[in-house]
Amino acid sequence: MNQTILSLKELQKMAVEVRKKILFTAHYHKQGHVGGSLSCADILTTLFFTQLAIDPDNPDWEDRDRFVLSKGHTALGLYVVYALRGYFPEEELKTFDQYNSRLQAHPDMTRLDALDMSTGSLGQGISAAVGMAIGAKWLERNFHVYTLIGDGESQEGQVWEALNTASKYDLDNLIVTLDNNGLQQFGWKHGASRGVPETEAGAKFKSFGFDVFEVDGHDLTSLVDVYEEARLMKNNRPKAIVANTVKGRGVSFMENDHNWHSKAPNDEEYERALRELEKGVE
Amino acid sequence: MATSVRDEFGSQLAKLANEDSRVVALDGDLGNSTRLATVEKETDDSFLQMGIAEQNMLGVAAGLSTVGFQPWVCSFATFLTKRAYDQIVVSVAQTHADVKMVGAYSGLLTSNTGKTHHSLDDLGMLSMVPNMTVIVTGDANETATAMKAMHEYEGPVYLRLTRDETIENFTDEAEFEIGKGRVLQEGNDMLIISTGSMTSRVIEAIDGIENLSIYHVHMPTIKPLDKELLLQAASHVDVVVTVEEHYIRGGLGSIVSEVLAEHDPKKVYRVGVEDEYSGCGTNEELLDAHGLSPEKVREKILAYGKRE
Repeated sequence: MNQTILSLKELQKMAVEVRKKILFTAHYHKQGHVGGSLSCADILTTLFFTQLAIDPDNPDWEDRDRFVLSKGHTALGLYVVYALRGYFPEEELKTFDQYNSRLQAHPDMTRLDALDMSTGSLGQGISAAVGMAIGAKWLERNFHVYTLIGDGESQEGQVWEALNTASKYDLDNLIVTLDNNGLQQFGWKHGASRGVPETEAGAKFKSFGFDVFEVDGHDLTSLVDVYEEARLMKNNRPKAIVANTVKGRGVSFMENDHNWHSKAPNDEEYERALRELEKGVE
Repeated sequence: MATSVRDEFGSQLAKLANEDSRVVALDGDLGNSTRLATVEKETDDSFLQMGIAEQNMLGVAAGLSTVGFQPWVCSFATFLTKRAYDQIVVSVAQTHADVKMVGAYSGLLTSNTGKTHHSLDDLGMLSMVPNMTVIVTGDANETATAMKAMHEYEGPVYLRLTRDETIENFTDEAEFEIGKGRVLQEGNDMLIISTGSMTSRVIEAIDGIENLSIYHVHMPTIKPLDKELLLQAASHVDVVVTVEEHYIRGGLGSIVSEVLAEHDPKKVYRVGVEDEYSGCGTNEELLDAHGLSPEKVREKILAYGKRE
């Protein structure tokens, strides 16, 4: 395992770097789901730099922790984290969403070794994660399976089928994170804005037999603490992390605006976003 | 003597699971009907109940395959394929997962259940999916040999099984080769290509026909189709007839027509279910209503033979 536990300060810097690279990559070919990638940037940074037992030099390592991006449309954020974690050169981010690229708009495990599952059609990744976790139990292996779902995604019935199965099979090796960013692509009209996709996530997870942790999805210290606690709990109950986040987090004019769901910044917006992010670091 | 395809399926899968710990059966809460229950009964721990949730079941299977298992997912054909089609396409086929999907209670012969339980489009739907192999066995013997071949093949396969328990074994080969048809009879007036539960009925339908020289091929693999055998057999005749317990669009009839249209255009008659919903009834009533009883098939064959 290529261990890269970072200090809080290093982790904070890394999260800013992730956001800058998300914007760089989206701006490069004017493609990508920016809003949701920014909302889960701290979650992905925490997982890949402090939690997952993985080895970028040996992506097929049998005992590695698995990660499934069930909200596959935010592959942009995942690829940036992969690059910074050392799975492939950062230069390759320039190929994102291009026809022959390993970095398809939605994750394709047949092209990129780092991926544990192909996703992009919502609701499906979490079921695959459940399958991996059942497999780990049967094989008596100790790896954990992490999956990230979206709050919009949780409207898919398959998500709840998967949760139901996770508790039936006592999957305490499954850690589901909900990127609860409060917006979906379009959603319901709510005054001048758009409605929140999911308001009862914690209670719902609990009623499905999960241990539930609610956390500020942008507070890196809290994220580390919560993931540590969830990982160490061996009580035959699957874990749900409800991470309350902000869509477009880190860039003032993108925050809480559903229009940035899948919009790429123009040159001016890109420069402005970078200035904001760099200012935030100081 | 007739043997049960579903009984053979259950026993064979239990055997495979006892021989290979990677083999695991996933049930959509129909195991006592499909005979997947035999795996629960005859193995220590190779059976996973997934409940009535087909989408999740296919996703779980895909996940299990990534950590080294060979999941065999089984439900009624119509629920397995239509309720979880996108999961089959995205999670199973695109990833080339080593997942075997078994559609039991296929076609019309589903024990007096009617429209909701009939699957008449599954061969078309599954054949459309890249990376997918589609098999429809004709009898219990062939089911066992096909399952061995599926077990050895690494990749997604859809196996369509019949609930009909009146079929006598007409295959006796020890080996099943995926992608190969079986010549049951040679002739030079008409080529009949049949699959699944209809092959034994075609054998019965053409028995005793003397004024028409019939070439009969059983085609248990729908994808990849045995084009070589089809074209070789078709070269002997002027008219081709396909017979299947499936809509005439999308399945064997469509695929045979496509191949012949491209390589050796000739008259093709498709015998199957027309563009309509079916009702509930006994096997005999349903086959008769949709023109698939041996008697009705014989009438059609004789009529098509006369036209040439």
